[in-house]
Amino acid sequence: MELPTKTFRVTRADLIRYAGASGDFNPIHWSDRIATSVGLPGVIAHGMFTMALVGRAVAEWAGAADAVVDYAVRFTRPVVVPDDEQGTEIEVTAAVREVTDAGLTRIDITATCHGEKVLSQARATIRMAG
Amino acid sequence: MSLDPSFVGRTYPPTAPYQVGREKIREFATAIGATEPAHHDPTAARALGHPDVVAPPTFPVVVTMAATRQVVEDPDLGVDYSRVVHGDQRFAYTRPVVAGDELVCVNTIEEVRTRGGHGFVTTRTEVTTPDGEPVVTVWSKIVVRGEG
Repeated sequence: MELPTKTFRVTRADLIRYAGASGDFNPIHWSDRIATSVGLPGVIAHGMFTMALVGRAVAEWAGAADAVVDYAVRFTRPVVVPDDEQGTEIEVTAAVREVTDAGLTRIDITATCHGEKVLSQARATIRMAG
Repeated sequence: MSLDPSFVGRTYPPTAPYQVGREKIREFATAIGATEPAHHDPTAARALGHPDVVAPPTFPVVVTMAATRQVVEDPDLGVDYSRVVHGDQRFAYTRPVVAGDELVCVNTIEEVRTRGGHGFVTTRTEVTTPDGEPVVTVWSKIVVRGEG
């Protein structure tokens, strides 16, 4: 079963806010000068910010804020966030892999930016509401 | 980049307890756009059976990222932090983190590998209350990019 696609817009302001809230002030997430000096195309989103947005999608699919039992991702490609009003967009889809005997739902997740996968082996186990 | 595989199995001393504040959970939830009432409103969280507001699933990274500096900054392991990128991340929950929790982290190095000129270090962090009640286990793999 495919779950409804969710999209998340990501702007520079979002990265600054996430840096403050998470305590991750690595300059590759706010300085083009430093990001390009280490070989990146420009400022990139925190991997953990992408994981957090995908986690929101998972919680919304589950229908409860406390539904996530297990959640794992591999970061495969950076999410480049341009310094403009539009930023970029992450698209998240998922499919139910199995429902366990204990009533937990395992889902396989795909997250893309400009049509390219930014995560691999992204999986969650959730307790569906109701 | 060559890392010493004899570090596998090394466990570090427990970190000082981290006090999970209600406003910190709200701030983190707001930063990721998580508007569900249980992240913001204690009454909504209690309706789900929790004592206070519930943290979003990736919130423990606030606690564990600081804790894993023990490993990344271990001079004996010798990781060059400027070459570190995040590889994998996993959270396995016993129960959600809620405001009012005090969380202690114990880091163990699960894997040290060198492949294709890059180093890989996987850390497992057991996040518990000070009494040892398990809350969440967090795995984080970092990649130390090779020179050139």
